[in-house]
Amino acid sequence: MLAYIIRRMGQSALVLLIVGLVAFSMFRFVGDPIDNMLGQERTAEDIERLREQLGLDQPFAVQYFRFLEGAVQGNFGVSYRQGRPVSEILLERAPATLELAAVSGILAIVFGIALGVFTAIRRNGFTANFIMSASLIGVSLPTFLIGILLIYIFSVELGWLPSFGRGETVDIGGWSTGFLTESGLKALILPAITLGLYQMTLIMRLVRSEMLEVLRQDYIRFARARGLKDRAINFRHALKNTMVPVITVIGLQLGAIIAFAIITETVFQWPGVGLLFINAIQFVDIPVMAAYLMLISVMFVGINLIVDILYFFIDPRLRVDRAGGH
Amino acid sequence: MSDAVLSIRNLSVEIPTRTGVVKPVDGVSYDISAGEILGVVGESGAGKSMAGNAVIGLLSPPAHIAAGEIWLNGTRIDALKGEAMRRLRGKQIGMVFQDPLTSLNPLLSIGDQLTETMLTHLPISRSEAEKRAVAALEEVGIPGAVERIDSYPHEFSGGMRQRVVIALALCAEPSLIIADEPTTALDVSVQAQIIALLKRLCRDRGTAVMLITHDMGVIAEAADRVAVMYAGRLAELGTVRDVLTQPQHPYTAGLMASTPLASAGKARLHQIEGAMPRLDNVPEGCAFHPRCEYAQDKCRAAPAPQISDSHAACWFPLIAEKVS
Amino acid sequence: MTDIPEQGMAPKIAQKSRLRVFLDSDIYYTFKRSPVAVVSTIVVLILVLSAVFAPLIAPTNPFNPASLNLMNGFTPPMEPNAFTGDTFFLGTDDQGRDVFSTILYGMRVSLFVGVAAVLFAMVLGITLGLISGYVGGWTETIIMRTADVQLTFPSILVAMLIFGIAKGFTPVEYRDQMAIWVLIIAIGLSDWVQFARVVRGATLVEKRKEYVEAARLIGRTPYAIMLRHILPNVLSPVLVIATISLALAIIAEATLSFLGVGAPPTQPSLGTLIRIGQGFLFSGEWWILLFPAVTLLTLALSVNLLGDWLRDALNPRLR
Repeated sequence: MLAYIIRRMGQSALVLLIVGLVAFSMFRFVGDPIDNMLGQERTAEDIERLREQLGLDQPFAVQYFRFLEGAVQGNFGVSYRQGRPVSEILLERAPATLELAAVSGILAIVFGIALGVFTAIRRNGFTANFIMSASLIGVSLPTFLIGILLIYIFSVELGWLPSFGRGETVDIGGWSTGFLTESGLKALILPAITLGLYQMTLIMRLVRSEMLEVLRQDYIRFARARGLKDRAINFRHALKNTMVPVITVIGLQLGAIIAFAIITETVFQWPGVGLLFINAIQFVDIPVMAAYLMLISVMFVGINLIVDILYFFIDPRLRVDRAGGH
Repeated sequence: MSDAVLSIRNLSVEIPTRTGVVKPVDGVSYDISAGEILGVVGESGAGKSMAGNAVIGLLSPPAHIAAGEIWLNGTRIDALKGEAMRRLRGKQIGMVFQDPLTSLNPLLSIGDQLTETMLTHLPISRSEAEKRAVAALEEVGIPGAVERIDSYPHEFSGGMRQRVVIALALCAEPSLIIADEPTTALDVSVQAQIIALLKRLCRDRGTAVMLITHDMGVIAEAADRVAVMYAGRLAELGTVRDVLTQPQHPYTAGLMASTPLASAGKARLHQIEGAMPRLDNVPEGCAFHPRCEYAQDKCRAAPAPQISDSHAACWFPLIAEKVS
Repeated sequence: MTDIPEQGMAPKIAQKSRLRVFLDSDIYYTFKRSPVAVVSTIVVLILVLSAVFAPLIAPTNPFNPASLNLMNGFTPPMEPNAFTGDTFFLGTDDQGRDVFSTILYGMRVSLFVGVAAVLFAMVLGITLGLISGYVGGWTETIIMRTADVQLTFPSILVAMLIFGIAKGFTPVEYRDQMAIWVLIIAIGLSDWVQFARVVRGATLVEKRKEYVEAARLIGRTPYAIMLRHILPNVLSPVLVIATISLALAIIAEATLSFLGVGAPPTQPSLGTLIRIGQGFLFSGEWWILLFPAVTLLTLALSVNLLGDWLRDALNPRLR
């Protein structure tokens, strides 16, 4: 098992190195960093000094290594647009995105699995069929239209919920949270639904089809033949087996939630890293783009790694040495 | 039906299809007494598994019991539904499936699966159930049962898994076991062990066994009596000795002649011409007549006669009636 | 799936210009019998034709300043304007542009970007897939590893990133002008992996078949073998992926434009129009938002349904 995890970690590190190379190349080759940093008034001396300071006179590999070194320490340079260290801006924005992503993720997983199981167990019921048809429309709707629709219904027409921003936040040790104020929680509802809905439908449809597959298996028939209760069969025997393939996809979807947050944050003007990234693209703020890319890669790779390790706890077949398998 | 554990009377199972109603089981009757092993033989599609599923209440819709009665220990169970039938499964009727590789839940340890089954049916504590689980594994001959109780199915070989399946089927001490092709998926070398195990356990406990198989060798080895099925109907019923040595029904005779074991020494195996009819196209009269070399007009016109312990379902049995 | 239907299918696609062959084909038969397919095809055709002939259909050219009258701003649909008395089928926006016309022109941009991006992804994916399947070795490893890494990230994110980088390379004064092309490249690059994977898989299978072996023996060059022998056999899955990709590309373009990192306001696509319309959500001019949104939905949904049907009809195994 340890060997397996080490190998997966090696692969993750490789992915991060490649992404780092992309991020570094952006830094190095998109536009001239000297131009971007010094502005109009500059002397040849200044340029030379900065060139040396940034290490631009060094060979490519050395520069790349230095960039990685900086990245590991959280140093991504200075935002062209705001003139502040990128890491500082990211840290300030991260809580908003992470809180939104966490709530949406939980919504998507809880409702996705619950509805998936429901529609699988009652697969010919009226409610289940209705949910399935509704989900088909949900999958074809672009996220930003869902957001606009929700704003129209709940903010414009009903006036119940705010249509933009995070509401009031409370600062706890540098982490600004919206969970502790009424306006913060209210502001969270629509963005969380918008962001979670698409992932929820995906998870639901996947859970349903996997569970229907599992319910056809011999061991479920055998469990029935032993007179086990329906509850035990559905939730102990079938659900556990359903989750094995579903977990990978859920892991990927969680990563996707952080990326799709860009869209939701724009619709709701939610002050998170996604909105920051969109603004960075609009103004070609390369350091912010590179840092965001690295940040999101670390999250993706981390989630993938966690999913792989989770497998060991769910599926005993992986726990034995591969050589011992049949 | 007096002392029989299981009594099936005129059982019919029907499946409505777009082209009409199919009868995979058609008017079948037999009894199984305590401690007795009844072998049910026939080709695939003869309805032998379907009858077993009907008894344990696991017919997959739209298949359903259309007529007849099923009695278990003096109680009629064919009309039981949902919860009442569930209580019966595992507790009074155990079942062993064909493929031990797919019958066990891969994600639960065998100890979990055993205790879960016992706790569902027996009024015992968890620690008691765990103790019994070890005992059950020992009984089916799993070496080192105490250590292996927490192992997962994939850590066992096919034969060992089938032992676990048998332990699971027997752990709530049912009075009837339905074993549906329990050895078909196993290596030949293991088959005899499993059959011997099943036989020993049921003898010891006085469990009645319905042993469904297409293998005459298994029947000869294990069964006390044998029921031969053809196209959903019972062709012949009798003690293994009688049926194997003096088959009355031409189909049984053909079956015996085409089995390597029974026809040992003969130069060439016999073949029954043609194939069993599809269930949506069962011929009029005796279902076997198109393939029967002794068929006469009466066979084509009238359904085969009612079966009894001394009669095969045949108008012209091969051997004169036995002296009872 | 066995090889026979797949081989039988490909030539039919390749020669569907021959009307008779097409009308006799299984595809046409199943098509006729699927109401969903027929309706979505008709809808797609209407939308595509009205986009192509937008300059002829549109009552006004919304991007010709001469034809605009600011007094016409915010005219509701089917109501005469309070000042000028002009009536507009779907109303006007803040600058007095006819919404119906902007939608037609916007759809032109959306469809152009979508189709061009898919074509680009297709050519790129097929080429890389053929090469990695046929050549193998290090070339294959590098191409498919890149694909794997890229697939870890949602394609919309990849497209945004590429858009941002490309924008960085473009001189400021050309950025708006180049935006459409940058968009096509960004969406295309984010979408080639699917094509490459399928084509590579099929190439690996076809490569081992005897007819390819025979072609090699009689001295055909690898280039000719790939183009003449292997390519026709992978066309049907490619067609399915292309259709489904088109729906995704249209939505991706709309999303990027909505986020303000796509088509510029001077050349608005449906996404840009929705972005503009969102600004009037609270002030009650619903038509500026609603009609582009409905058009986008109809377009994406019908292309999607068509793709779904095509997938089932051409290759039930391709999920």
